[in-house]
Amino acid sequence: MAKLESTFRNMLVALFGVTLIASASLGLVYNVTKSPIERAELEKQNNAIAAVLPQFEELGTAYKKFPPEGRDSVDIFPALDQNGEIVAHAVKSYTYSGFSGYIEIMVGIDVNNTITGFRVLRHAETPGLGSKMEQWHNDTEKPGQNIVGRTLNEEGLKVSKDGGDVDAITAATITSRALMDALNRANATVSDLDSYTGATPVNN
Amino acid sequence: MNQWKNFTKGFIKENPVFVLLLGMCPVLGTTGTAINGLGMGLATTFVLFMSNTVVSLIKNVIPDKVRIPSYIVVIATFVTIVQMVMQAYLPSLFESLGIFIPLIVVNCIVLGRAEAFASKNTVLSASIDGLGTGLGFAFALTLLGAARELLGSGKIFNFEILPEQYGMLIFILAPGAFIALGYIIAITNRLNKQKA
Repeated sequence: MAKLESTFRNMLVALFGVTLIASASLGLVYNVTKSPIERAELEKQNNAIAAVLPQFEELGTAYKKFPPEGRDSVDIFPALDQNGEIVAHAVKSYTYSGFSGYIEIMVGIDVNNTITGFRVLRHAETPGLGSKMEQWHNDTEKPGQNIVGRTLNEEGLKVSKDGGDVDAITAATITSRALMDALNRANATVSDLDSYTGATPVNN
Repeated sequence: MNQWKNFTKGFIKENPVFVLLLGMCPVLGTTGTAINGLGMGLATTFVLFMSNTVVSLIKNVIPDKVRIPSYIVVIATFVTIVQMVMQAYLPSLFESLGIFIPLIVVNCIVLGRAEAFASKNTVLSASIDGLGTGLGFAFALTLLGAARELLGSGKIFNFEILPEQYGMLIFILAPGAFIALGYIIAITNRLNKQKA
């Protein structure tokens, strides 16, 4: 079969045909993978919520709330005990100040403003450096860098270079600083919420 | 025998990374760890194989003047398919490769093979060439990733080989990629020279 001549009509038909088939097959794959993608993301979120919270009976209704400062709202998942009292909140918070921009985390904060755990949901930090943030700041053997179990106050957490007491990741201070920003944003949002509803922190 | 040659030339003699030096952006960007290099390499292999096959199939119905846009559409389609499938079934790999998957579209090795080989050869040769070149690319990325991971953090595929404090951070960062790549290219050149 000889190659088609480059006439206007042939070029039009060929390009139209190629793009038509391409978009049709993309639409097909999109439909097939749409629900698995959603399921994978939801499962990841639920796993993260379960991982960061202390013992709880059931999850309350999730809602969105605008942080005191920031560009977007954060998602809050209240965790209830068997009496329906809130024991902690899982907060899906974010920061834009990572070394490679956006970082999204899930952090558990109990009613005493203590961090019960955190997971990084999305980031684009340097592999091998900033990408270590989850293990690094979860290391219970190194209290300087571990942040789980710390109680957040109004000032929030800071890395030691900024005058705080959290040891930042070696060679990735910017990532640690961004993580603190996301954590503080989560806490500020949740704390603000307590004063807003008039609820007082309860010891559990 | 000819097809076997077609297949193996992508590994050493015409290895896209070590010999042709094509597609350096993902090579330097994704090879911080061996597993990322392997994932990126296999994703590229799939795209190369599929696009080479399809380009060879349609080479006669595509007029010369619009061949590049047509090939790019074919390649972009397969890349998007890879991206969606990976996101659905391999979410953790998808996350670590992140922005590099869409960049396969502009990886010159894919368009390079489509233009230089698939558009001039039979479907069988083209698909074998795509597979060989892709696997050669994956092999190169894995090798480079393993070397950088070992030197940078003392691990290969996340298995600890040396204690992490002996790692040289520079190898995980971009400059280390250039240094490691330079040494591997030197070794490949030496090997190819001996054979010739």
